[in-house]
Amino acid sequence: MHREISPYGYKNGFCDGIPIGLGYFSVSFGFGITAVNEGLWLLEAVLISMTNLTSAGQVAGVGVIVAAGGLIEMILTQLVINLRYSLMGITLTQRLDTRCTFPHRLLMSFGLTDEIFAVSSAKPYPVGPRYFYGLMCAPYIGWAAGTLFGAWAGNLLPMDIRNAMGIMIYAMFVAIIIPPMKKNRGVLLVVALASLISCCMYYIPLLSGISSGFAIIISACLAAVVMALLCPVKDDAADTSEGEVLRDED
Amino acid sequence: MRIDVLIYVLVMALTTYLIRMLPMTLFRKKIKSRFAKSFFYYIPYAVLAAMTLPAILYSTEGIYSALAGLAVAVVLSFCNCSLIVVSVAACVAAFLVGLF
Repeated sequence: MHREISPYGYKNGFCDGIPIGLGYFSVSFGFGITAVNEGLWLLEAVLISMTNLTSAGQVAGVGVIVAAGGLIEMILTQLVINLRYSLMGITLTQRLDTRCTFPHRLLMSFGLTDEIFAVSSAKPYPVGPRYFYGLMCAPYIGWAAGTLFGAWAGNLLPMDIRNAMGIMIYAMFVAIIIPPMKKNRGVLLVVALASLISCCMYYIPLLSGISSGFAIIISACLAAVVMALLCPVKDDAADTSEGEVLRDED
Repeated sequence: MRIDVLIYVLVMALTTYLIRMLPMTLFRKKIKSRFAKSFFYYIPYAVLAAMTLPAILYSTEGIYSALAGLAVAVVLSFCNCSLIVVSVAACVAAFLVGLF
């Protein structure tokens, strides 16, 4: 339940964060290369990664900086692209244990990324600050270090390896969603529906102009609304439903 | 470090932080509505699915290496392998297919 103390410690979080960190390294490596190519200095690129910790928002932000856009434009760009974090934040509040006090939440919310959210909110039991800080650790280091290396020496790694590393983060998503899909028809359907809508928005010419951030928000919300209407979770199960679905994984 | 760039970066960072921080600190109620509970139960999986497809197909240099990585990831996930095992195996598969 919501009010429980989380069974997960710092070490559990750190281990869960390692694949995210590796994936982030490869993604932010690319960001580092891009940022320097666009005209930013190495330290500026690293500072962006260390203070923002978000992929799409940073790439768009660099675009605004390089074009010498207005600060209002910068704020609006970040707002639109990163709006999903607000949704995730509200979702996550439902899965935090009682030790997540206000100061903890201030610090924890800094590390709220798509992947950290996905991993922590898909845990069978509520999560606490220690687990969350552990989880934030490797991704933060990976993100900052990847940007540093990318900005410093884009050709440090052979091209073949760099290309192949691009898939790691997505493979991790697959590893998160497939086990619960096997056990819960609702999860299976919501995954199928969200994938379908997302593909439609990518491949249908009229819809493909929608930015990737919006495409994710629309696909996910639409799929979740449809499934919440068609296949609502049982009332008493809602608090512990993740436990029912995912228990065997941990 | 250039001052004007620094200002951009700070504005960018502050905006991103507020977007993350406000909902997480201000929203402290337990959601009661069954629809909302269901929505919040499904949304993480929906977000992940929407982020994965079709993006995973274009995450490597060629579509065949991406498909190989995806196939390996699906099979290993089906066998409940850990996240890191699935990620590394998919990366290796994509690398090997990418060589050809």
